[in-house]
Amino acid sequence: MRKLQFHPCGNFNETYERELTIFETDFGRLSMLIGLFLLFAVIPFITNEYILYIINIIGIYAIAAIGLNLLIGYTGQISLGHGAFFGVGAYAAAILATKASCPFLIAVPAAGLITALVGMIFGLPSARLKHLYLCIATLAGQFIIEYVLVQWESLTEGAEGISIPTATIFGIDLGNDRVFFYVIFICFAVMTWMAVNLIRTRYGRAFIAIRDNDQAAEGMGIPIFPYKLLSFAISSFYAGFAGALFAYYMISITPEPFNLWLSIEYIAMIIIGGLGSIPGSVFGTIFIVTLSEILSHITEYLMNISPSMSGAITIAPLREFVFGLAIILFIIFEPKGLAEVWRIVRSSFRLWPFSY
Amino acid sequence: MEFFFQILINGLSLGFLYALAALGFVMIFKSSSVLNFAHGELMAIGAFLFLVLSTWANLPIWLAFLITLAGSFSLGFIIERFFLRPLIGEALIEVIMLTVGLAIMFKGLMLFVFGGDIHSYPEFLPQALTLHWGAVEVPGVNVATFIVGLIFLGLFGFFFKYSSQGIYMRSVADNQPAAMALGVHVRRVFAISWAIAALVCAMSGIVIGIINGINVHEVSAIGLKVFPVVILGGLDSIGGAIIGGLIIGLLETFTGGYISTGLREVVPYIVLIMILMVKPYGLFGLVEIERV
Repeated sequence: MRKLQFHPCGNFNETYERELTIFETDFGRLSMLIGLFLLFAVIPFITNEYILYIINIIGIYAIAAIGLNLLIGYTGQISLGHGAFFGVGAYAAAILATKASCPFLIAVPAAGLITALVGMIFGLPSARLKHLYLCIATLAGQFIIEYVLVQWESLTEGAEGISIPTATIFGIDLGNDRVFFYVIFICFAVMTWMAVNLIRTRYGRAFIAIRDNDQAAEGMGIPIFPYKLLSFAISSFYAGFAGALFAYYMISITPEPFNLWLSIEYIAMIIIGGLGSIPGSVFGTIFIVTLSEILSHITEYLMNISPSMSGAITIAPLREFVFGLAIILFIIFEPKGLAEVWRIVRSSFRLWPFSY
Repeated sequence: MEFFFQILINGLSLGFLYALAALGFVMIFKSSSVLNFAHGELMAIGAFLFLVLSTWANLPIWLAFLITLAGSFSLGFIIERFFLRPLIGEALIEVIMLTVGLAIMFKGLMLFVFGGDIHSYPEFLPQALTLHWGAVEVPGVNVATFIVGLIFLGLFGFFFKYSSQGIYMRSVADNQPAAMALGVHVRRVFAISWAIAALVCAMSGIVIGIINGINVHEVSAIGLKVFPVVILGGLDSIGGAIIGGLIIGLLETFTGGYISTGLREVVPYIVLIMILMVKPYGLFGLVEIERV
């Protein structure tokens, strides 16, 4: 039997492999197993339909948010078009399912690959641009994709949208929220595992080098442009995959939800969660989805108590106000996001009673 | 041919509107390198302030105008002091998201107070400003916009070229540490440039309000149109903003008039992508050269 590992009281890594480990101690491994057990065996059975719906949405958004964090947080390329890529994935899956009658298991990864291709096309400007200019180029990408989704009616049915037949895997009907929960969260676990490991590989290290200083990275022999494109492709793959799940989960889709607002929400998720942190993207997604649900409940509640309709209409925008305020407060007071809060809380427990 | 001229006139006036909106944007970018996503909302705030003062409070137009300018000047000051100053030296994405957050916040607040309807100003421009040229008619508002735009352009040209504050701003934009070492009060420069930018925003907001009426959604959409304009002209060039605005305005109205109205909204962004591929720093922008 091997010895249990505990946290050392400093950084004593002697080999490179040691520094790259995912779990520093065996407790990390244990808590992950407990977490997976809770996620798959407990949560679906103790929640009601509504909470389960929220959790499913969080799972789908979290996959896309992890993808965006790979692009912004690890490669340092700002993209304002992630919502549109999410939409491309959703539409690709819907079109494959209806027009080509692809089964679920092929349509979802294929939608991811198609979106990766589209993402690479919109990543092309990153050959010459960076920072602000790239950010504006992806903003343009967002508008162009939105336009195409609405106008290419022969393929996307325009503003009317597409309805998707319920999917089946191995004869199991996926129309049920509880069944779909397993589909989403198995995908989520696999995608997270891939992302965490990607960062440890040669490619992930190259991404981080490009983020930290692209000129130095090029000087050290990293071909910047192919790596940036790869990062765009991976990030859009995540978005497209999540979008495809979203399309199957929602059953019918319209171009409406995939607007600039969604892209902004994604960036808000990873900023509030923590840039350059995979758990952070998940925390951020939970925060944003829960916040917007709570806010819409509050507005609904206020609508019901206010006597006239005119009062109700004026209360609704307060939701946007609170949302914007939350983003601003996080950026000013905790720029490293919830991941940092989580780290501080954890280490103060670990170091108790000598925490500082 | 008449149709062509009417579209030309419409395009030019729309372009001038964009140019005016882009001015404030370029101001902020030039001195503090902040990409301001809250631009449209700042314009809307200025326009609504003027609306409140001129129609609800029934002040004389000139007084309402002056108070609006003063109010947005201080608003710019406040934004810089409370929101952007803590972020000096932080990563680009955080600054961008902060302005996005501000935009969402302001938009929510304005929708809460004024609702999503179109508000319009009372008529106060003299009829004599309307120009007739054959069958083509140029509305007085556009003439007024043109005159105001020219005045502001001249003022800014002089401000940046000759006033000490303008020279400080240029020095900060050029090289922040060097400017600091030479005794320029960098933080004050940031504050003043935000204040002036908010003032310019209010101006262009009022002009937009006179032409189209004020609607929160529409004005903030114009705020996003500013991006193609400034990219085309070069992010840090005031002359470029004017020319870029005119080109984008003409492009939009001509596409709308001759090709399709749906394409009209997207054309600026398609052009933007093409420009970025061919000439990333725009027509008149400062080219940054980096080599490994």
